[in-house]
Amino acid sequence: MKKIVIIGATSAIAIEVARQFAKEGATLALLARNQRRLDELAQDLGTRGASVAYTGSFDAQDITSHDRILEEAYHRLGDFDAALVAHGDLPDQSACQQSTVATQDALRSNLLSPIAFLTWLANYFETKKAGNISVISSVAGDRGRQSNYIYGAAKGGLSIFLQGLRNRLTPAGVTVTTIKPGFVDTPMTSHLPKGPLFASAESVGKRIHTAMKRGEAVVYTPFFWRYIMLIIQHIPECIFRKLKL
Amino acid sequence: MTTKPSQLRYQSWGRHPKAFDQRILDLPSLSSPIPLPADGSSVLAYGLGRSYGDSCLNDGNSLIPMAGKNNFLSFDPTTGIVKAQAGVSLATILDVFVPRGWFLPVTPGTKFVTLGGAVANDIHGKNHHVAGTFGRHVLSFGLLRSTGEHLTCSPTENSHLYAATIGGLGLTGLITWVELQLHAIRSPYLDTRTTKFRNLDEFFDVSQESDEKYEYSVSWVDCTSEGENLGRGLFMAGNFSERTKPRAPRSLAIPFPCQAPSWLLNSYAMRAFNTVYYNKQMSRVVEGLTHYNPFFYPLDAILNWNRMYGARGFFQYQFVVPFEQDRGIIKDIFTRITRSKRASFLAVLKTFGGIEPPGMMSFPRKGVTLALDFPNDGAPTLQLMNELDQVVLAAGGNIYPAKDARMSSHAFKVSHPRLDEFKTHIDPRFSSSLWRRVMELS
Repeated sequence: MKKIVIIGATSAIAIEVARQFAKEGATLALLARNQRRLDELAQDLGTRGASVAYTGSFDAQDITSHDRILEEAYHRLGDFDAALVAHGDLPDQSACQQSTVATQDALRSNLLSPIAFLTWLANYFETKKAGNISVISSVAGDRGRQSNYIYGAAKGGLSIFLQGLRNRLTPAGVTVTTIKPGFVDTPMTSHLPKGPLFASAESVGKRIHTAMKRGEAVVYTPFFWRYIMLIIQHIPECIFRKLKL
Repeated sequence: MTTKPSQLRYQSWGRHPKAFDQRILDLPSLSSPIPLPADGSSVLAYGLGRSYGDSCLNDGNSLIPMAGKNNFLSFDPTTGIVKAQAGVSLATILDVFVPRGWFLPVTPGTKFVTLGGAVANDIHGKNHHVAGTFGRHVLSFGLLRSTGEHLTCSPTENSHLYAATIGGLGLTGLITWVELQLHAIRSPYLDTRTTKFRNLDEFFDVSQESDEKYEYSVSWVDCTSEGENLGRGLFMAGNFSERTKPRAPRSLAIPFPCQAPSWLLNSYAMRAFNTVYYNKQMSRVVEGLTHYNPFFYPLDAILNWNRMYGARGFFQYQFVVPFEQDRGIIKDIFTRITRSKRASFLAVLKTFGGIEPPGMMSFPRKGVTLALDFPNDGAPTLQLMNELDQVVLAAGGNIYPAKDARMSSHAFKVSHPRLDEFKTHIDPRFSSSLWRRVMELS
């Protein structure tokens, strides 16, 4: 994999994935919200061995801008071998419960914006008949829980979208990878107390890098989340609805 | 203030003393001012927590985690000069630059330390006799003071703060970035030679002969054998090779699974280990081609090896004493250690060369240095180390604060002859558990 576009490139997990590709001398297009942080990241990745051919900022709430920025990145690189869609934010669940505006914003940045990017990317790779599309979803999308079901609904919707996309693109030889991280120690979770289940962004990033190269389908990282979520998904609803999760 | 589980992550490597009340400050970016606590309490940078004692703790005050500030800023492949944020670890530098033919100018026995920590402790390594301390290879660094001032420090710019910050235990402000001269290598392998020595006199003979031929040298030494075997061990020397091997060894780090029971490391177990380890090599001299990882970082292969000492933790003790004709002092120290039967199996002996460190608080000076672990058995362990302090200081030696959790205020002052000068450069909003202890501040 030589040419990779990363959307949400300044997220802690995406940075670590990009650093793995940088070591291999990849050519990167980096898209994120904040141009200053993109510039810093480009310098870091350049030192680590990447050639950063494009950086561009976008607002996940402004979905109409997404096609244009991908076109720009594409024209600069001339080709994509793989794409990583990594942006999102952790909405305030209680604020969303009080406000449909906050809920819609959360669904826009965590579901509709990724889908907009994926629509362009799916059509591109389907025509190219090769490549990998990897998307960071979440274990939170595997079952709705009272503590964060708005985020869970967005990520669950995203996971189902990706199932369908994988089904559609497999005949074209394009792999679609759904990544479901558990708790990761990043700025997005800095306000949460850290228990033993927290993984480092670096270890998660390395795992995603491997998954992209292999074109895996669904990846839980760290691996044990597959079994944790298997249990959680199979708790009967009559019991589950009484749990405080 | 109640202790949140998240705060218990920020401890030191010796797991003693423990800090229970540290606030964690988030520094959004290295260009923003430090978010100082409104109550006037102090702050301290925290890297990867490999300092053994309390120099990386700030109990009752705040820590600024730095490991996430790990962007590279620039690299010049013609000169080997790299500039990076202070949270970049030495492991990352090796990962990125060894494939391009560059190595660290100086490295300690673990690669899991940050650039900022390496500067703040002016660390030393196996090449001290030819390269001096880490600080000698630091061309410049950024220092963020509590006033919000961003200073660039180098031997020519803010040179007093440069000298105060190198080895300055993080007390002069926040080190934000470091510009470092890397060392060119031809291969990630070293030509190594391991020589068995039967006692301290033989150690000095091998050391003298070897230091002329080898860039790197260090000895593992048995601190459980007395009499004619006093100070026996293995002398390991190496030079970066021109040769390489077709496939690098897989660097697989195994985590130490859990906290071991405290009785595990008793004096019988230590003695048995030392005997087996000393005798693992049958012939006197063995030569080989060794990858840099096992040569420099043997213990990094076991993550969290500090858990081996159980809940009570351990002390590490490192001192340097000047060379002397009859070697009476170093033998006296060894005799006291072996008789106490308190030493662990991780004892390291090395001679320091005469290259002056750039820091006014730097630890290394010309002489012989010994570093070893003592499991924490409470009062008798402390008493032994206090006794050793007296011998070391009387001989004109000094004690390493990065590894210390117990030295007296007096021992600290004698160990740091330029302490008064250093104090004038301290940032008033920076402090540490160690600093308050050795200065007897509340």
